[in-house]
Amino acid sequence: MLKRTPFYDFHVSAGAKLVDFAGWEMPLLYRGIVPEHEQTRNSASIFDVSHMGRLYFSGKEAPTFLNRALTRNVADQKVGQCRYSLVCNEAGGVMDDVIISRDTKNWILVCNASNRPKILAHFNQLRRGWNMDFDLADQTEATGMVAIQGPKAIAKLASILPVDLANLKRYQFESTSFMLVKLTVFRSGYTGEDGVEIILPGKMASMAMKLLAGKLDRPDATIQPAGLGARDTLRLEAGMPLYGHELTEQTDPLSAGLAFAVDLTKDFVGAEALRSIAQSGPKRKLVGLELEGRRIARQEMMVLLDNQPVGQITSGTFGPTIQKSIAMAYVDAPHAAEGTALKVDLKGSQVDARIVKLPFYKRPSK
Amino acid sequence: MSAPTDRRYLQTHEWHKLQGDIVTIGITQFAADELTDITFIDLPKVGAKIQANQRFGEIESVKATSDLYSGVSGTVTQVNDALQNEPGLINRDPYESGWMIKIQITNPAELNNLLSVEDYLKKVGH
Repeated sequence: MLKRTPFYDFHVSAGAKLVDFAGWEMPLLYRGIVPEHEQTRNSASIFDVSHMGRLYFSGKEAPTFLNRALTRNVADQKVGQCRYSLVCNEAGGVMDDVIISRDTKNWILVCNASNRPKILAHFNQLRRGWNMDFDLADQTEATGMVAIQGPKAIAKLASILPVDLANLKRYQFESTSFMLVKLTVFRSGYTGEDGVEIILPGKMASMAMKLLAGKLDRPDATIQPAGLGARDTLRLEAGMPLYGHELTEQTDPLSAGLAFAVDLTKDFVGAEALRSIAQSGPKRKLVGLELEGRRIARQEMMVLLDNQPVGQITSGTFGPTIQKSIAMAYVDAPHAAEGTALKVDLKGSQVDARIVKLPFYKRPSK
Repeated sequence: MSAPTDRRYLQTHEWHKLQGDIVTIGITQFAADELTDITFIDLPKVGAKIQANQRFGEIESVKATSDLYSGVSGTVTQVNDALQNEPGLINRDPYESGWMIKIQITNPAELNNLLSVEDYLKKVGH
C-alpha cells in the first residue's frame, strides 16, 4: 500500500498522473513535464515534497551527535541557518544528502524519502554506540512540505506569508505561526530558481494549498502545481545531484564535487576515509556533459575516449530551458577537465559530448 | 481510456492501420502519455526491411527511452519526417499526424497475430 501525502486529494482533483516514488503515491506531472518546467523558470510552481523525511533532533547532546554524524560542521551554525550536508558511512560512501537546520529548540534534518528508513536505523545505531542522550522524532507523516519555486515566487508569497521574505536570505529559515498554524519557511530549493520550502502540519495542507496556489482552474495563475518530472529536469539543468544517481554508497562527496559540505578538520563518520581520498585526490570526478543532437544519455551508459570506457552517466535529459541534451557523469580524473571531448555510448551508437562547467543553467541575476 | 477501432495493436503499444497492402504504424495515446514529452525519435529510412516483432526504432522523452516494434514484416515506403522537428506531435496527435512509418507488407496473415482494440485495452488495464 503506497503512502499518501496530505496533498493527495489535491493531486487527484488537479488531474495529476500519480506514480510510486520511494513508496509514496506522488504526482509525476499535472499538465506535462515541459510546460511545468517552463512555468517554474518563467513564473512559479508549487511542488509537493512531503515524501521527503523530516527528522527533529532535540536535547543536550543533539548538536554533538549531529556534528559527528554529518560531514558538515554544525558547531558554529546559528539559529535560523540551514546547511547542506552529507551522511557518510565509515568508508566515506554517501548514505544520504540532507539539509540540517537549527531552530531555537531543536534541529530539523530533511532527508531523501528513499533513504529515511536507512538513515533512521543508522542514527539509532550511532546513538547506541556513542551512548548519547537526545530525542529523535520522525515527523514525516505528521507534517507536509511544499516547495514554491520560480522568479515570481517570492514577490507573490510576500503578500501571503507572515514572514519578512525580503530579509530572509538564501539558506535561512524562520518558524512562525499563521492563523494558529505552525509554519517553517526555508529560503531554499532544488530547481535553480529562487523560492521557499515550507513545512506545515499535515491537517492544514488543503487550506494551505488554496492559499498558496490560488485557483488552479486559472491557467494564468502566477503559481501552478508541478510534479516530480519537472523537479528532475529543473535540478538537472541546475547541476544538482540526486541520490541514487550522482550520490550512492559507492560514491564519496569529494568525487561528487561537494567538498564545501565536508569539514575534514573535525571528527565524523567517514572522516578518515575522506581525508585519505582528499590527500591522493579523487580517482574520478562528477562532470557535466553536453551531447550533440537531441538524444538523451541515461544512467549507467558508458562514457568513452578513443573507444575506451573512461566514465559512466549518472543522469541525463533534454534540458527544456537550455534546449540541449545534457548529462552528469563520473569521469576518470585525468579526463575530467572542462572542454574535454568525449563520446557517450547510446546503446551502440557513439554520440559526441563535451565536458562543460556545472550548472548548465543559472538564473539571470536581478 | 479508448483507442481507435480501425486498427490492430501490439502489447508494446504500437498501433497498425491497414490500407490496401500498406500498414501505417504509430504508438497509442496511453504510450505517449506514459513516456511524457517526447524529445527525439529514431526511425528507419525508406526502403528499410522490417521484420515482424523486431525493433524498428527508438523513442525518447525527458523521462525514458523506449524501443519501437512492428507487428508485421515488409519494406518501409514512407517515414513521417515532420516528427524529426516536432516529436511532440506524437504526444498531441498519436493516431493521426503523429504516425511514424508506412510499411508495404509481405505477409498479411501476420496482422491476425495482433491484438484487437478491446484486447489491447484489456492488456493495459483499461
